[in-house]
Amino acid sequence: MTEHVRAVQPEPDMVQLLTPEGQRVEHPDYPLDITDEQIAALYRDLVLVRRIDTEAIALQRQGELGLWASLLGQEAAQVGAGRALRKHDMAFPTYREHGVAWCRDVDPMSLLGLFRGTNLGGFNPHEHNFNMYTIVIGAQTLHATGYAMGVVRDGAVGTGDPERDTAVLAFFGDGASSQGDVNEAFVFAAAGNLPVVFFCQNNQWAISEPVTTQSRVPLYKRASGFGFPGMRIDGNDVLASLAVTRKALDDARNAQGPTLIEAFTYRMNPHTTNDDTRRYRLGSEAETWKLKDPIARVKAYLLREAKISADFFTDLEQESKRLAEHIRAGCRALPDPTPESVFEHVHVDMPNELREQRDDFAAFVSSIEEVSA
Amino acid sequence: MTALTMAKALNEGLRKAMEDDPKVLIMGEDVGKLGGVFRVTDGLQKDFGEDRVIDTPLAESGIIGTAVGLAIRGYRPVCEIQFDGFVFPGFDQIVSQVAKMYNRSAGLVRMPITIRIPFGGGIGAVEHHSESPEAYFAHTAGLKVVACSNPSDAYWMIQQSIASDDPIVFFEPKRRYHAAKSELDPEPYPLHQARVVRPGRDVTLLAYGPMVAMALESAAAAAEDGRELEVIDLRSISPLDMPSVIESVERTGRLIVVHEAPHSFGVGAEIAARVQEQAFYSLEAPVLRVSGYDTPYPPSRLENEWLPNIDRILDAVEQSLGY
Repeated sequence: MTEHVRAVQPEPDMVQLLTPEGQRVEHPDYPLDITDEQIAALYRDLVLVRRIDTEAIALQRQGELGLWASLLGQEAAQVGAGRALRKHDMAFPTYREHGVAWCRDVDPMSLLGLFRGTNLGGFNPHEHNFNMYTIVIGAQTLHATGYAMGVVRDGAVGTGDPERDTAVLAFFGDGASSQGDVNEAFVFAAAGNLPVVFFCQNNQWAISEPVTTQSRVPLYKRASGFGFPGMRIDGNDVLASLAVTRKALDDARNAQGPTLIEAFTYRMNPHTTNDDTRRYRLGSEAETWKLKDPIARVKAYLLREAKISADFFTDLEQESKRLAEHIRAGCRALPDPTPESVFEHVHVDMPNELREQRDDFAAFVSSIEEVSA
Repeated sequence: MTALTMAKALNEGLRKAMEDDPKVLIMGEDVGKLGGVFRVTDGLQKDFGEDRVIDTPLAESGIIGTAVGLAIRGYRPVCEIQFDGFVFPGFDQIVSQVAKMYNRSAGLVRMPITIRIPFGGGIGAVEHHSESPEAYFAHTAGLKVVACSNPSDAYWMIQQSIASDDPIVFFEPKRRYHAAKSELDPEPYPLHQARVVRPGRDVTLLAYGPMVAMALESAAAAAEDGRELEVIDLRSISPLDMPSVIESVERTGRLIVVHEAPHSFGVGAEIAARVQEQAFYSLEAPVLRVSGYDTPYPPSRLENEWLPNIDRILDAVEQSLGY
């Protein structure tokens, strides 16, 4: 083992409930009462989410998408956090939370428009309680914090009514931890004792910059300076992610204020399909992380410890194939935007001057089409 | 109704908006107990409570960014930026988030946010307290930008802006806050419509915010020399009410745009471009701009010379008539 590999070893205080070998372990602060069937359901999520990612990368390679931000390696962090949410909770993603989108019942096909260039959103945030992807790093943590201010003003926190009490989950990455917006979100959340959980996926790399460029201290320790709890979890352990996020969301709903969770994980793929990791990191690093794969450990558990039938795995393989076909066909069927559509939804009340620009643009485009026809 | 200052008229307008809609929140630095550094929010926290009139941490991006989240939750936030020069830490949230959220969501997420900014100079302030950043926001698709110039407009326009489902950057001429009192109009005027505030036939002066009073003073001075200047209060910077401007230019043939903001790439430049597109054959002279200069805002001992004043405006009038 090299020095470089040792740098990604977990800290002793990292919460882990399922080892890379698939052994269940207990943590005194995070007891998790979960059946083997529920673990199998999480396994299904992990497998299908990875399939979404694989298909999207393939679509990009075929020229069907302009770009894709892969989540490979981060499935457990996202599925654990996503499944800890209740339906009426609200989540604010970055642009890589395809796994959380899956947990919020967002059709994976509707994530593709942003990357294909057919639209800028593609799903209804209110319907799924899952906001649109946010590309400006860290901006969404303030949106989550403001949403939590609204939750408090609606009296939807600390009532003891599980149907009413609401928490907000804000996603960001190790790179975003340097942004002013993230630190301002921490300040507002702490000062207002707001029901928001900050979920940082520390995947070790912000494009080419290692996490040491962002911080001299483990990121979860930042929380103490703002006056709320922070903890690090094994981000490749779906059970740890589920248990710790669930506890933090419960605390938030119970008016106990914010929590920072640092999910210690690894971006197995380049930052996006346009990135080239060979310019800044050693291949051996990813090889080491492969041994901590978030899916393999759950499969090992299900095969060895749980009495999950072989049919489950073959059925899941079939479901995965159907999902892939749905994504491939759906992507190619996404309608191109019309010239007029770019002017829609700029304003609720469209100014006349914009209406005139729209009409001019549409007339010009159609005149060109007539000439070329 | 008794006559009010602009600060008091804004205060009354905010109060009315909060009474009319329980989702209206006020948030900003020192807006609570202090009532804002200009006292525009005076007494509102006492009457509406700390949940609706929120003293925020001192972080402008945080103020705007949390307002975005509140809007997603169904609230109608009114953000106060304490001074014009302090809006820039919140610039990203305004232009990348507030302005674009409705568009990115294909109309599913609205941003009914009002961002109040005291702007302009003339009060002898230290640096970053006298700027006119309106063109930055007018250049951003998805935002609407307005500026009030008198107490009655302040009272009505702030309510109209808060009621708007589009985000509005609302500029308040800080040197007029505690200037002359006036009575409120009984009815609001359309928010995005310009208004002729002094009719005339020789030259059109187009101004907004603090420069409306300066343009009116200039017109009064010119009248002594027999010049009849028409003064238009633009009121809405984006969208621009070009029909009102063109109608006036077609009568006078001469247009001078007056603003405190720097000369280049500003509101005056945009209006000049549109007037030559839409009323080329009506023009008897080039459209002129009387403005601040393309420098940082000067030390306050120099501001009365640096800012458009009566002498500079009348000089431009003579230039225009001399063509």
